[in-house]
Amino acid sequence: MSGYPIDPNVLTNPALEPIRFGFGRGLLAAGEADERVVALCSDLTESTQMHHFKNRFPQRFVETGIAEQNMVTVAAGMAHAGKIPFTSSYAAFSPGRNWEQIKTTASMNRQPVVVVGSHAGINVGYDGATHQMLEDLAIMRVMPNMRVIAPGDSLEAERATCAIAADPAPSYLRLARDKTPIFSTADSPFEIGVAYVLSQGRDVSLISTGTMTYHALVAASLLDSRGISAEVVHVPTVKPLDEDVILASIRKTGRAVTIEEAQIIGGLGGAVCELTAREHPVKVQRLGMRDRYGETGGPAELLEKFRLTGKLIAEDVERGFQSA
Amino acid sequence: MDETTYARTDDTAELSHIAQVIRADIVQMLATAASGHSAGPLGMAEQLTALYFNTMRHDPANPAWPERDLFFLSNGHTAPVLYSALARAGYFPVSELGTLRRLGSRLQGHPERDALPGVESTSGPLGSGLSQAAGYAHVLQNIDHVKNRFVYTTMGDGEIDEGNVWEAAMFAGKYRLGNLIALIDRNNIQIDGATEDVMPLTNLRAKWESFDWHVLDIDGNNVRAVIEAINLGKAVTWAPTMILANTVPGKGVPFMEYDHTWHGKPPSPSQAEQALNALKGGVVA
Repeated sequence: MSGYPIDPNVLTNPALEPIRFGFGRGLLAAGEADERVVALCSDLTESTQMHHFKNRFPQRFVETGIAEQNMVTVAAGMAHAGKIPFTSSYAAFSPGRNWEQIKTTASMNRQPVVVVGSHAGINVGYDGATHQMLEDLAIMRVMPNMRVIAPGDSLEAERATCAIAADPAPSYLRLARDKTPIFSTADSPFEIGVAYVLSQGRDVSLISTGTMTYHALVAASLLDSRGISAEVVHVPTVKPLDEDVILASIRKTGRAVTIEEAQIIGGLGGAVCELTAREHPVKVQRLGMRDRYGETGGPAELLEKFRLTGKLIAEDVERGFQSA
Repeated sequence: MDETTYARTDDTAELSHIAQVIRADIVQMLATAASGHSAGPLGMAEQLTALYFNTMRHDPANPAWPERDLFFLSNGHTAPVLYSALARAGYFPVSELGTLRRLGSRLQGHPERDALPGVESTSGPLGSGLSQAAGYAHVLQNIDHVKNRFVYTTMGDGEIDEGNVWEAAMFAGKYRLGNLIALIDRNNIQIDGATEDVMPLTNLRAKWESFDWHVLDIDGNNVRAVIEAINLGKAVTWAPTMILANTVPGKGVPFMEYDHTWHGKPPSPSQAEQALNALKGGVVA
């Protein structure tokens, strides 16, 4: 089938873990591997899982208080002094509040500041729309020099964190709060800028990022039982986009669906539409947040409401076929 | 513009002369570009002179020298004073000052690190220089334990309306960054008028002291006073030092002095000639 090892229990009984937990392990490993790695946090150290690093390397941890603008600009100064700074907060606040500082002091200066936006997406749940960052993929993707990485599960987040530390450059790393299914394995690959075909198909390409890749796998399985052969393309790096893998899939299937726990405007959906419009025009169905804010509710309730579960994605994809 | 460059010196008359040369450069650059900010750069000439020609450890032949002191120009719109100081110190040819704000120039409208050697950080959007300087100083003092290097930044007084500045003020106080020396160009003007009308700054000494900074209040147009304040700041290792450099906006050009409307505009060719004549007339003490 595919070269990408998938957990055999993913469709029946997947293991669950918050993506941010993988980041916490990855940062600790990166800190062990390279003493230039430092960490900064704005009063959310355990939430963002930086406490592992803080406990192990207290001198290399900086608590900035609730001051996200200062956090990333201090990090730019630390990067200039030779460090590889990881900064963390909720994505709603960083990069939500400090976008200009990230642009001017990290990105324009090409300093290897890593902006770690935890608690992204609607799975934040009960905290409501103010805390559900859905615009981050769009605002970070548009920034020159910036890499945008949204791991699909906690194991991939661990790999991505180590990969970023080993190849320092301005980066945005998107994490989620809630426990989410693990589809990858200890042997699955991760390389910055590479998209992976998780399952082959003929009729439609399900192109997903972050938490939505698990749901894409579920949707592909359901579609298969209805006679639609869906290919799942996992895109953990939204920028730089792996155009070759995505185009090869779309050229084969002739049909694209993008799936993201983010605004469909400007995010992965936007990126794929820009690509197809330029290289291979096809109909692209964009699933995600449709130009509105989220709301308070349980994570599962919200995924249902905004039609971002495997079952509802399969229904919408099937409906897309009917309307075509 | 002649091509004279200057070495570091402790001679007050020589330093005052360099400040006047920088002012003349600023006037000519702005008039040639027909675009840019006049009042702030003219008022800051002594601060940049004190840093680049007396107190800072740096090597124009090796801008990335690992042992250098660092300078972050936070008020990026005063770029002409930085560009002139860098050129007169020997970072790039003085003649290049004439390319300010031209398409393809390394002298971008606001300074860019990628563009020009000697520029430590891109700036323009206000309020982020102090944080970067603090981040660098924190690495030196508290992580790498380097004792004999210092980090400097200049800010405009209007600039400190920005919240980011006060986040940085708390941070530097918390981590007791004794190797951090900041200067506020206290010229009492900003684009919309007097600072005290736009957003009153009132008692800056009390404000910074309450953030656990060591604060000095000086005549910022007296180059010797600037040097002495910086040296005192270097000796105070228990806290970051804030130098309130009280300056005259447009200093040295009588028709610009104290006039906030000169914050963001360049002189015309005839005004530039008038300004250069005035600058020739007197060396600022």
